[in-house]
Amino acid sequence: MTQSHSPLVDMRNMSIAFGGNKAVNDVSIDLYPGEVVGLLGHNGAGKSTLIKILSGAYRMSRGEIRIDGQPVSIDNPREAKALGIETIYQTLALADNLDAASNLFLGREIRTRWNTLDDAAMESACRQVMGRLNPNFKRFKDPVKSLSGGQRQSVAIARALYFNARILIMDEPTAALGPEETAQVAELIKHLKSEGIGIFLISHDIHDVFDLSDRVSVMKNGQLVGTAEVSQVTKDDVLGMIILGKCPEGVVPGPGASPTENTLEEGPLAMP
Amino acid sequence: MVDSSTNPAKRLLAATEADVRILGMVAVLAMIWLGFGLVTDGAFLTPRNLWNLSVQTSSVAVMATGMVLVIVTRNIDLSVGSVLGVTGMIIGVTQAELIPAWLGYDHPTTWLMALLVGMVAGAIIGAIQGYVIAYMGVPAFIVTLGGLLTWRGAAWWVTSGRTVAPMDSTFQIMGGGPAGSVGELATWMIAAVICLMIIAAILRGRHLRRLHQFPLRPVWAEWLVGSVYCFGVIGAATLANAYPWPSRIAQRYAEAQGIPVPDGGLVIAHGFAVPVLIAIVVGMVMTFIATRTRFGRYVFAIGGNPEAAELAGVNTRRVIMLVFVVMGVLAAIAASISTARLNAATNAQGTLDELYVIAAAVIGGTSLAGGVGKVAGAILGALVMQSLQSGMVLVGIDTPLQNMVVGVVLVLAVWVDTLYRKRSSG
Ligand SMILES: Nc1ncnc2c1ncn2[C@@H]1O[C@H](COP(=O)(O)OP(=O)(O)O)[C@@H](O)[C@H]1O
Ligand SMILES: [Mg+2]
Repeated sequence: MTQSHSPLVDMRNMSIAFGGNKAVNDVSIDLYPGEVVGLLGHNGAGKSTLIKILSGAYRMSRGEIRIDGQPVSIDNPREAKALGIETIYQTLALADNLDAASNLFLGREIRTRWNTLDDAAMESACRQVMGRLNPNFKRFKDPVKSLSGGQRQSVAIARALYFNARILIMDEPTAALGPEETAQVAELIKHLKSEGIGIFLISHDIHDVFDLSDRVSVMKNGQLVGTAEVSQVTKDDVLGMIILGKCPEGVVPGPGASPTENTLEEGPLAMP
Repeated sequence: MVDSSTNPAKRLLAATEADVRILGMVAVLAMIWLGFGLVTDGAFLTPRNLWNLSVQTSSVAVMATGMVLVIVTRNIDLSVGSVLGVTGMIIGVTQAELIPAWLGYDHPTTWLMALLVGMVAGAIIGAIQGYVIAYMGVPAFIVTLGGLLTWRGAAWWVTSGRTVAPMDSTFQIMGGGPAGSVGELATWMIAAVICLMIIAAILRGRHLRRLHQFPLRPVWAEWLVGSVYCFGVIGAATLANAYPWPSRIAQRYAEAQGIPVPDGGLVIAHGFAVPVLIAIVVGMVMTFIATRTRFGRYVFAIGGNPEAAELAGVNTRRVIMLVFVVMGVLAAIAASISTARLNAATNAQGTLDELYVIAAAVIGGTSLAGGVGKVAGAILGALVMQSLQSGMVLVGIDTPLQNMVVGVVLVLAVWVDTLYRKRSSG
């Protein structure tokens, strides 16, 4: 990584709580152009919540977000999109009763001269994007409710790609996909990376992200365990971070890292 | 999508892209009409009765188009009958007392001002309820249940319960009757225009599909769909023109206009009633809003998945508040029709209308689970409800029993919808 220019995204000391539950607690992560940062951690570690702050779905209670070095406030999803941040949510966030094109353009509809919806133009654009992403996809008129998991996922991915994202957040993007489609998404990530897009790739499964990521950040119980260059660590090292919160050599530890001396005593007890 | 089906009925449905639920509703309507026609020895099916039925349907139909949007966003509005009551009183007082005190009686713009005042009042009422629902997070069920009482009370309060009458003579046109009908020639012309619009819509659809290289409907299917619609329109026009003015009114009209009266008496056809035309225009506008505007798209997106709409950047609260504003305006238009027809504004006007309106929307295929509904369906649903009610009156069934039937039909409609959705999702 060239650390010379300022990061695309710099999130510092982010915190958010739901009631008494500190879902994200003092987490700092960053992302450079053309970089893939894998965000790892068990279910409930706070990954989705953290990136939902970046995508405008949640408001942080403390922290700072910088885009291209400039402090920004992201109060709703519209503002995130205006900054070039696109998100594929873990839940996909599709309106099940609408067709693929309506979902693709939801919130950013193509309109005619008379300000009415240009459904034909939207369907046509949708056919083009889906043609590249999922050539077998034919069910443009059907509500997405009736589509398979993989097809729904490709609609959600198409929506994030169509609007020329600079920052792409993919929350468990391959959860509903078979091996073949998962490989396709991996290809897609490599391609987007080569175009200089910064990608947060989120998963609870290290195998999904390790080979695709430049760096991995690990979260545990809402805190950051640490961030590592993938080239400096092994999968087992990262597994240790996820399960025990133990930071090996070459990892920048975060507030959630277990103290090294105590690992032997506390480690087994911390296991679920 | 399933062209390979061998069943000819299925192939027909697929080729014409017909809406099965709406077809089903037309079938139900036909059964009700035939049933009452048989029981009443044809009295139900006379042009006179069907014409009256169309007029009686208008007010509920206007409100049902708005109820579609309300229910699609997973909300409900139990206050529409009371909002009709209070806006009706405001409209009545405005034209019968306020404007005459200022401009004198029968000023040419009185009707328009009264209508606008009513619509603004309806919009404000809708905005208040919508704000409490969308921004303060109180469930629509509770807010509009409160509104049911509040606005009925307000209707009383406008004149301390006194009935306001008569209405402005131009305003009365909105209520139908001989003076509130457009006559034979205009009826044929309107029918012709609607048929041309149907043909234009079909041609435009083909043009757009070809332009974007989407699959076209077979030509025979286009012809079939077009002829069925046009046949329906021409049938309605023929029916409306087959109902003449009562001979005494025609007589008086002829004397006033100095028209010679032929031997058999003067025959003047009613033609389409103005309130029916208002309902049709409202239906077209609401269909346009629901299907062709961003607002309409957001209404359906919110109904399908509120969280997804929010994450896509839709200002969901504003959209929901606006839906209630639209509902309030429509209640005021319905109030105009109903005060004009009654030639009076009473504080009990619109009582129990919420039941008919909700039933019309649900029978018309609007799902209480949200996200699904059609304006045209709701208008048909209103016609079904009104046909049931008028039919029961004609047969001589007492009001309490009528209410029981309406209540049972509402529950049945929701049950059928539940079954339908279970089958289509499973
Ligand atoms: N909207 C919410 N309201 C209350 N608690 C929430 C909400 N969203 C997430 N949480 C809680 O925050 C914690 C982190 O959840 P999440 O970010 O979804 O984890 P991950 O994506 O890492 O599996 C969990 O304990 C979860 O229950
Ligand atoms: Mg998650």
